[in-house]
Formats: sequence, structure tokens, C-alpha cells
Amino acid sequence: MQYTQLTDEQRAHMLATIGVERFEELLADIPAPIRLARPLNIPAPISEPELLAELDELACSNTATHKVCFLGGGAYDHFIPTVVNALAGQSEFVTAYTPYQPEASQGSLQVFYEFQTMVCELTGMDVANASLYEGGSAVAEAVLMAAAATGKRRIVLPATVHPHYRRVVRTYLEDLPLTLVEPAMACGVADPAALAAAIDSDTACVVLQTPNFFGNVERLDQAAELAHAAGALTVACVDPIAMALLKRPGDLGADIVVAEGQPLGIPLNYGGPWVGLLAARKQFVRKMPGRLIGRTVDADGQVAYTLALQTREQHIRREKATSNVCTNQGLLAYRATIYMATMGPTGLATAARLCLNKAHYAAGRIAALDGFELVWADAPFFKEFLVRSTKRPVAQVLAAAAEKGVLAGVPMTSPHLAGRADGGLDDCFLVAVTENRTKAQIDKLVESLKA
Amino acid sequence: MASPSDRRYSKSHEWAKKDNGQVTVGISQFAVDELTDITYVELPAVGAAVRAGKAFGEIESVKATSELFSPISGKIVAVNEQLADDPGLINNDPWEAGWLIRVQPSNATELDALLDSQAYDAQAGSH
Amino acid sequence: MPTTGTVTTPTGTADGVGLRGGTEPLIFEKSSPGNCAVSLPDSDVPAVEPASAIPADLLADAPPPLPEIGELQLVRHFTRLSHRLFSVDTQFYPLGSCTMKYNPRINEHAAALPGFAGLHPLAPDAMSQGALRLLFELRTWLAEVAGLDEVSLQPCAGAHGEMTGLMVIIACHRSRGQNGRTKVLTPDSSHGTNPASCTLCGRHAVPVKSNARGRVDLDDLRAKVDDETAAMMITNPSTLGLFEDQIAAIAEILHDAGAMLYLDGANMNAIMGLTRPGDFGVDVMHFNTHKTFSTPHGGGGPGAGPIAVRKHLAPFLPAPQVVKKADGTFAWDFDRPQSIGRVRSFNGQFGVLVRAWTYIRALGNSGLRQASETAVLAANYLAARLKDAYDLPYALPCMHEFVLSAVRQKARGVTGMDVAKRLIDYDIHPPTTYFPMIVPEALMIEPTETESLAVLDRFVEVMLRIAAEAESDPDALHAAPTRGYIRRADVVAGDRKPNLRWEAE
Repeated sequence: MQYTQLTDEQRAHMLATIGVERFEELLADIPAPIRLARPLNIPAPISEPELLAELDELACSNTATHKVCFLGGGAYDHFIPTVVNALAGQSEFVTAYTPYQPEASQGSLQVFYEFQTMVCELTGMDVANASLYEGGSAVAEAVLMAAAATGKRRIVLPATVHPHYRRVVRTYLEDLPLTLVEPAMACGVADPAALAAAIDSDTACVVLQTPNFFGNVERLDQAAELAHAAGALTVACVDPIAMALLKRPGDLGADIVVAEGQPLGIPLNYGGPWVGLLAARKQFVRKMPGRLIGRTVDADGQVAYTLALQTREQHIRREKATSNVCTNQGLLAYRATIYMATMGPTGLATAARLCLNKAHYAAGRIAALDGFELVWADAPFFKEFLVRSTKRPVAQVLAAAAEKGVLAGVPMTSPHLAGRADGGLDDCFLVAVTENRTKAQIDKLVESLKA
Repeated sequence: MASPSDRRYSKSHEWAKKDNGQVTVGISQFAVDELTDITYVELPAVGAAVRAGKAFGEIESVKATSELFSPISGKIVAVNEQLADDPGLINNDPWEAGWLIRVQPSNATELDALLDSQAYDAQAGSH
Repeated sequence: MPTTGTVTTPTGTADGVGLRGGTEPLIFEKSSPGNCAVSLPDSDVPAVEPASAIPADLLADAPPPLPEIGELQLVRHFTRLSHRLFSVDTQFYPLGSCTMKYNPRINEHAAALPGFAGLHPLAPDAMSQGALRLLFELRTWLAEVAGLDEVSLQPCAGAHGEMTGLMVIIACHRSRGQNGRTKVLTPDSSHGTNPASCTLCGRHAVPVKSNARGRVDLDDLRAKVDDETAAMMITNPSTLGLFEDQIAAIAEILHDAGAMLYLDGANMNAIMGLTRPGDFGVDVMHFNTHKTFSTPHGGGGPGAGPIAVRKHLAPFLPAPQVVKKADGTFAWDFDRPQSIGRVRSFNGQFGVLVRAWTYIRALGNSGLRQASETAVLAANYLAARLKDAYDLPYALPCMHEFVLSAVRQKARGVTGMDVAKRLIDYDIHPPTTYFPMIVPEALMIEPTETESLAVLDRFVEVMLRIAAEAESDPDALHAAPTRGYIRRADVVAGDRKPNLRWEAE
């Protein structure tokens, strides 16, 4: 296949206009010794039917997609209304450039402005940016933002935050003069005493994920109180669907809120592209990373949307920048916006209640099985919970369930989760139940776990 | 246009003017012209210490962001509160209404090391 | 706030903008309490009283106040907004350094296949073989295009790749006990992300001058390289669209000082199959799949920024890495003790990488080379036809893009920005303006390989007409665009009193 559309005749005409005889003359600046004298060692071109067949074969060999999915751990199979796929696939949205030219980009700018507004409504915050890459790097950006806003150097990140997010923060901080402290957990949530002990007067922020990596709801209000007493900021990392059930972080004292936006109408996509949300209180707006869209007027006084506060961004601030992010996840921000508008408060609340009902139904039935128990019987959870296998190795349990067509959960021993700091949970697996699962599927899960 | 001769200038385009033992600090018309429309000024709180040659704040325009360097050492006794609502004051009147901070100098003779208006205009014009 | 769902605009329809312009009301202004565009089933399991599961003081009194819209109104709103937007599918984008080439439809089809889009990132490797194989093949192909040894597909975008690449370089220096390498050299024509990435890695950027030919000033480079230099970040072809013909010498100067050469791969579209970064001395580079490999820009993302490195840097790449095992199956390899760690959660921008794989597989080795050659041909053709009407600060030939200067028009009071904005009136997206910063009134033009000769010729005709307008009617150009979706926006007012969200009255 080839997507050029110049005929041989047209190419000859262009070379003549340029004033050269052979195309190679245009490559005169590439010194001969570094020219590639052979074809690239990449397969030869193929036709469209051949390509489609190869794609089908690759896609179909991902047999996990043929099974009933109870995997979570930061990626969730929520319902995506058809209209979201249809509208987000409008080719003008898909193939537009970054809206640096507002006169040619009102459509995308207005959607991003609506996105920022909805993220504020979702989180209870004053301002939101037009999105970041995904949840993990969004946590890291929030940490850098808190450090820049406070001028302090200590970052408190408890062990109940997703291990990927914690690993990303560690990578980001490696070469910066910031200290990372990771207080322990107790009973499936951040240990309040350890949290209190970790916070000092040089603390820039406390990061709390709720529901946390294990699915349990944290006391964000109490963590915020501890942080504020020490002059530190509170960074909350939340599940956007849970916002229709739980109090919003803005109402519980958070200063910066981040989230993985994947549950907002974005397919699992084997991990990406997704969308990172970042919102904050008004006074921190000039310390926010990423793109911001503002509403102003044009020369005729008509409403106009445009990039705002660009002096925060890397292309102006260069070496003084506190973030190098220079894109947003535009196409995924469209999806999230369209999803939130489609669901509305009622639809989102219904989805959240279905998650709560189904997860608790599944947890109750699994806990009643011989050989399984809930790890923290008293910890409040939303759509995900940790199960201990008391009689058989977890790997064996999950393999047997997969044989019966069910992906029953994420084993805590998964190498993907290396760096967990919870100690002694190796005989456990994490089960997520969204509104997409039916009672019949949950019953099948329960059957599949039986020895 | 010539800069006023009643004050001294730093090479980084701040001006410093003595007022009853205190020193008022702003930026020059040349700096304003380079920055174009100013959108935001970040200034320290009253009571903060400043040091000659060190940054004390930041100024932003639509096109650029730039650090503000103090021409004098001392303690800030006033900041121009009006700038928070109306940073355009600096564009409209950099020499008077668009002042930035007022400093109680710890060593007023530091001003002698700064440029006078003629020397400043000569170096600013040479850019 | 209107609650009836009918907002009349002078030129529009009952609830939005018409074909002839006007302003589309915000979706919040169209909200009617009680409307909802989704239909979910009743609970088929026993209902749980929220307060019995979760502490009551952590429960919301009401769900977030999102808009309440019916499906048709929703469809019209977003469809209309999609029409208030330039896009590659509707307009020509001669946008330098951004490579706005055609985004093949088959790429979108591929990424949406249920076997890809529905795959959970923590699914067992044995049940994700297709995805893993695709990633492994892409990894191998990108290494071949780069002429380097190993590729990480984890970074989310070009800037993210840049940061990751620098972290890998720093980790390598650290493993050799060289923590003192705190400087990163960047040419004065570099992208702003380069110095920003340095800062993010706790390093500082030191600019290196360009010479009169638009290449690196080797004397200035020699004067600035020392044992505190970690690396130099270079874009080649440069942001001026010129191939750095001294690149081998630059690499040697850096390597002699124990420093490394980083390539910003923004301009790889010019050289695929013609020359390879690894063959001209580069140690680390990033790709922008949304530039070189036709993945869509999506109004600002998602991108993907895979990085390729030489062998000695491979142990420091982000973990995990996709590998092919001895038995021919594919897997994630976590056993990378010297890795810098993760730069994002999960497995990278997989859906974007599927599109890049599809593009490379479609074009194949010969197609990639032909794409680059055609991009170079198109750029030189435009440059040759425009060089008399605008100033061309650096001699031809160029690679896949070139920089014009509107200094002649500036003498008539017409800026590069005026020229750029006027293009909107002719339904052409403006080129990159005022960059690189070393060219006054810069207009950076990159036609890409996918445009027809008719589109290229019309662009020339329009640019010549604008040059003539600059002579005859400069004031009209200050007012441009008059046929965009809006007139020029008051960015100053917007930045002085930022309005970043809608609020209910």
C-alpha cells in the first residue's frame, strides 16, 4: 500500500521546476558514508486484503478478549455507549492538529473547555487542564506541581497507591532534589499513624488514592487534615465512576485531584491510550502542567475559545518549565467529554450503583465459598476487592477459571505488580466487577472458582 | 524615547527610584516593549527580603515569561496591589502607576553602581 | 441558565450554530434536568444500601452536576463542533515539524478491532500473544529504521520520550560513576521541549550556536563540551529543514568527551530508509509516531514516543520490555535490574502503536523510503516556487521542510503571523510561525508526501497572492482571518482574567 499521489510525470515536472535532473541531487547534504546503501530490513509492502487478514489474525489470538473479564487493578471494563464511539470517531476530531490557531480550531477548543468544566464538576475542584497522558504520569505531574507550589521537598506516597503510579513517581523523582516517603498500610488502607509520622514541615504533598489499589475507600478527609496541619497539599487520585457515589475530593479537602480517565468511555486498549485528569484549586492554576483552554472574545466581540496561560508551557518557559508535557490526550478527552454528557448525573449514578451492587454480590458469594475469604472483611469497597485463596495456589485457581472462560482476577504475584509494599498478600487476587457484568456472569465466576 | 533621569537602571531593565529613603522598583519602557502585553506579575509578600541582582518575582506576557531582578538589597515595604487586577498598568504607565515593589534599602549606596538614564538608554538601544 | 433546551442564535438553528457561523452554545446551556442519553439495565442482583457498605460521611448527597442531554441533541452538538475545525481530512496543513500527513482509515479500523481495543493490560501473556507479537515486531522495525539496537515502546509522546531518553543517558553515566555530568547541550534552533526535558531530569540546558549555513557551529560546540556534559540533543534534519552534514563530526566531538548524542526524531519523515541515526553516531533517539508513522494527531493527542538506543544503554530502558522467548512465544520481561523503571502505568500507548504497526506493515521497506523521498521532493518544489516572493534564509536543497522569512513583508508592516492568519481565509492551515527562533518572522512549511500536486500548486498560488496583498493592501492582512470560525481572539484579555470553565449562573 502507498499513500502518495504524485504520478511519475508530475514528479518529473517538480524536479524540473526545482532545477535538478535527478531526485538524488536533493539529498546532496547527506554525506555518502552515512547513506543507507541497502533496503531497510523490514518486510516488503502488502496489499489491503493481506493486511486486514494479518490484523484479524493478531487480534483474534488475544484470547483473553473471548473470556468474561473480572480483571481490574487500574483498568476497567465499563459500558461504553455506542454514541460515544460514533461521535469520538468523527474524522475531523481524529485528524485535527493541536489548536494553536484558534480561528481554525473552535470545535476542538470548545470540547476541551467543556471537558475542563466537566472534570471540575466531577471532582469538585475549581480548575482542570485539558488532560495529561494517563493516571500514573498524572500522579507524578501532580507531585511536581505540589513541590513547585509549596517550595517544599518531601513527597508522602502511601503503599496503598497503585504500584505502577508509585513506580512512575519514583522514576520521575530520581534526578530531582525531592525525597519520597512511602508509609505503610494497615487493614487495606493507608495506616493513619504511619501517615501522620511521615508528614513533616518540609512536606510538599500527601498523595492518597481512593478507592485505593486494593479497591478500598480511604479517609481522604482525615489525610487532608493531617497534610494541611503541616502546611502540605493533598493530592487525591480517584476513580471517576465512583464520583457519582462518593463525596468528591474537592468536598473532602483535596488541593489537587488526578485520575485515570479510562473508565470514562475509553476502551481497555491493552493499557493505552487513555487519559489523565488533573484538577486543582484556583490559587494553583499558574502552577498547573499541561494545556489549558480559556474562553475570551474575538475582534468582533464574539465568544472565542483559545489556549490560555501558555507562558506556563514548555515552548515558552523552556528550561524554566516545571513540566515538559506539550500535548494533551485530545482524542481521549473528546471521548471522556462525550461519555460524561451521555451519562449525565443520572446515568453515572446508575452505573456507580450497579458497580456497588454487583461487586458486593460477587464478594458475598465468593466469601461463602470453601477455600476463599475476603482479605479485609470490614474495609469499605466500591467495585473491587481482594480475595485470599486459602486452600489452593492462586495461579492454579486462576488457570482453572480461565479454562472455564473466566478471567477471575489479577494475582498479587503478577510481575506487573512488582514493587507492591503490602507484605504477605501473595496468596491473594484482586477481583473487579463493573456494571458490565451480569448476574449470570458473576455466578459463572463463582462456579469457576470451585475446586 | 529617553528614559527619565530621576532614577537609576539595571542592565536587566529594572529601574530604581529613591523616595524618602525608600526605593521604588519597576521595569523600563524598553522592557515593556519587548514583553508586549503583560498578563500577570508574581510578586513576593510585604516583609520579604530582596537582594541586589537576585530574582524577586516573575512577569508574564502573552509571549514570554521573565524573571524580575532586584536592583537593590533590603526589605519589601509595599507591593503594587493594583497589578493583581490590572497588570496592563505596567504597559500603560511603566514609570509611575506600573511600579512593582517598594524597598527599605539595607545599603542605599548600591544604587550608585547602577546605570544612569543616558548609559541605560545607550545599552538598551544597542540590543 | 436556559432549561428548555432551546437557545436561539441569530444565524443558527433552534439549539446551535448554523451553517453560516455564529456561536455554538455550550452543552451545559442545553441541559434539561431529566434528560439522559444512556440506558442501563435494572440491577439483576440485590441492591446494596450505600450507607451499609461505605461510611455515610464519605457518600455524596447527589451525583456530580453534569449536563442532562438527550441523544439527538448530543449528536448534533458534537457533530457541529467537529465541523468547526480544520483537519487533515478537510484541509491542507503545511505545518513545519508536525508532519500532518494523511492518517489512513485502515489504521483506525485496526486499533478498533475488539481483540485489541477490548484487551485488558493485565491479561496473562499466554492470552495476549497477538498484542505482544505486534509490539515485538514494531520494536524490531523501529530499531531497524533507527539503526539502533533496542527500542522501548513505553513513552506516551515525543516529549515523554525525550525525558525518558535523558533519564536513560543519566542512568548510564551514573552506572559509570559519572554523576557530575549535569549539562545538556541544545542547538539554539531546538524545540522548547528540549530544555524543559533537561530541567525535568535535574540537568541544565546550554545552548550551542548555529553557523551561517544553519548548521551547528563546531567551534562553539568544542568550546562548550566538557566532562560535565551528559549529552547533546539535536534534531536532524534540523528545525530549519536542513540535514546536518557535519553530524559525524559532532558525534565524534561528544563521544571523545564521554558524552552522548540524543536525536529528537521529530523530522524522521525526511530520512526513512535513506540514512539512519545509528549510522550517523546517535546513541538515543525518540520517534513521534503521530508525525512519522501516520497516527492521527487527534486535536492534540494521543501520540506515542518510542525511544531507540545503542546497546550500552539498553539495560537502562524502562521496564517491562516485550521479548520473544526461545520457544517462539512473546512475553513481558521484568528482569531488568538496571532499568530506570516505569514512566507510565501499564503497557504504553498500545492503540497508537497498533496504528504505527499497521502503517509500517502497509508501506513496507520500499514504501517508507518512497514516503521520505516524496516528502523531500514536495518540500523542495514548494521552496523553489516561493523563494522569489519570500526570503529563504538558508540555501536549498532542503529536506522535508523549509523555513521562509517574511522580513520583506514585515517592511510593509505585515508580519509572519499576518501571512499565517490570512491562509485561514483560503482554507489552508497556517504553517508553524516564529519558530525556529533564530529566523525572524519565520514560516516553517512542511507539505508531507501525501498531498496531490494540485494542492501544492494551489498553496503556492495562495502564498503568492498573499505576498501581493502585502504590497497592495497590508491593512487587510492585519484583519485576517475574516473567514475563519472566529476573528482573531483576544488572548491578552483571556490571560489577564482566565475563564477556564463554565459555571452555572
